[in-house]
Amino acid sequence: MEKRIRVLVAKPGLDGHDRGAKVVARALRDAGFEVIYTGLRQTPEQIAEAALQEDVNVVAMSLLSGAHNTLFPRVIELLKEKGLNDVLVIGGGVIPDDDIPGLKEAGCAEIFTPGTPTSKIIDFIKANVK
Amino acid sequence: MRIVEEVLAGSRLALSRAITAVENEYDEAVEIMQKLYPHTGRAHVIGITGPPGAGKSTLTDKLAKEYRRRGKTVGIVAVDPTSPFTGGAILGDRIRMNELTLDEGVFIRSMGTRGSLGGLSRKTMEVVKILDASGKDVIFIETVGVGQSEVDIVKAADTTLVVLVPGLGDDIQAIKAGILEIGDIFDINKADREGVERLNIELEMMLDLNPDKDKMDWRPPIKRTVAHLNEGVTELVEALEEHIAYLTTSGMLERRRLERTRNELLTMLDEQIGRYVLKKITESGDFDALVNSVQQRERDPYDVVNGILRRFLS
Repeated sequence: MEKRIRVLVAKPGLDGHDRGAKVVARALRDAGFEVIYTGLRQTPEQIAEAALQEDVNVVAMSLLSGAHNTLFPRVIELLKEKGLNDVLVIGGGVIPDDDIPGLKEAGCAEIFTPGTPTSKIIDFIKANVK
Repeated sequence: MRIVEEVLAGSRLALSRAITAVENEYDEAVEIMQKLYPHTGRAHVIGITGPPGAGKSTLTDKLAKEYRRRGKTVGIVAVDPTSPFTGGAILGDRIRMNELTLDEGVFIRSMGTRGSLGGLSRKTMEVVKILDASGKDVIFIETVGVGQSEVDIVKAADTTLVVLVPGLGDDIQAIKAGILEIGDIFDINKADREGVERLNIELEMMLDLNPDKDKMDWRPPIKRTVAHLNEGVTELVEALEEHIAYLTTSGMLERRRLERTRNELLTMLDEQIGRYVLKKITESGDFDALVNSVQQRERDPYDVVNGILRRFLS
């Protein structure tokens, strides 16, 4: 069976720091995943639509501008609206620990803050992808 | 079959899921393809190939927008190489087409080559068929011209567009002969750079050297674009439209598609027979012993293969 785990790596909002996202994208590729990298300045609508067209298993968002409490839940909401109910949503970037419970409540499966080894992200995806 | 009905009714979610089912060879994949097959054959399939960095994705984005302005719906299959070592891939063509994401008349799907030697797998062609059945007027297959993929694309497309850039050193020598034989239209992208005239002249010379040129009514035009500035795109679309018109009126379209169908059947037969024999030989349990006997020069490989075929295919 040729199934591969497909991951959408997206940068929502107005945040130009993409090195982290690129590092994660490469690590995921080296782990055998197919990574669709959307690039910068994605709206939640664009992220959700790309996730639909690419039928991804995981949406991984990177945000360093502080807008995560608005943008991450909005993406999750749109994914549900489009009928994408089995997508694993994870996030990373500059996200204060205090905000993590709220994001998880909104539907983020996990948040990976700076310093997390990429292997942890990979293991999490493999263990939790549907 | 519900997913098929939904694809035909225009559901993007169903379309996406159907593509996944076929790409991953789920149980329902064959039935999906069978039910969609009668609805295929309408779309103009355009293959876009060329060296890495030529600007194919950017160009595809601009071409798609121009077709949308003309009221056509567009499907894009963007193929990127899968790592033979890790099985993973960065599918990075979509990044150049962000503005198209929210256009409901455009559907973009990224695919890895997933080990297909030619760069364009049979699955790619199946995905094209699904997009065709869903009603897209124009379908772009975008692939990097390394290895054999530029030859493969001819088998999959009605029109092959080869995108080149000036200044790649010794331009023509750097381009494999195969590309020059298969291009229906050539585009020099990044035409604001140095070396455009020289590349153009060299391309014309190579086209002149083609021994078949007098047999054909179509002389591949050489267009110029600066894709990221949207220059030359309208003229390129005109050329694409002229080509499909030429194919249609000359009868070449039917001939090419017949050839394509023949190749597809042969490829499918080849695959199925191969799988069947592989399954049988694995089940029989003596493949390792056979391999050893060949390695020890007790038997030769031709004899072994003939023996296997006689056993399982007579």
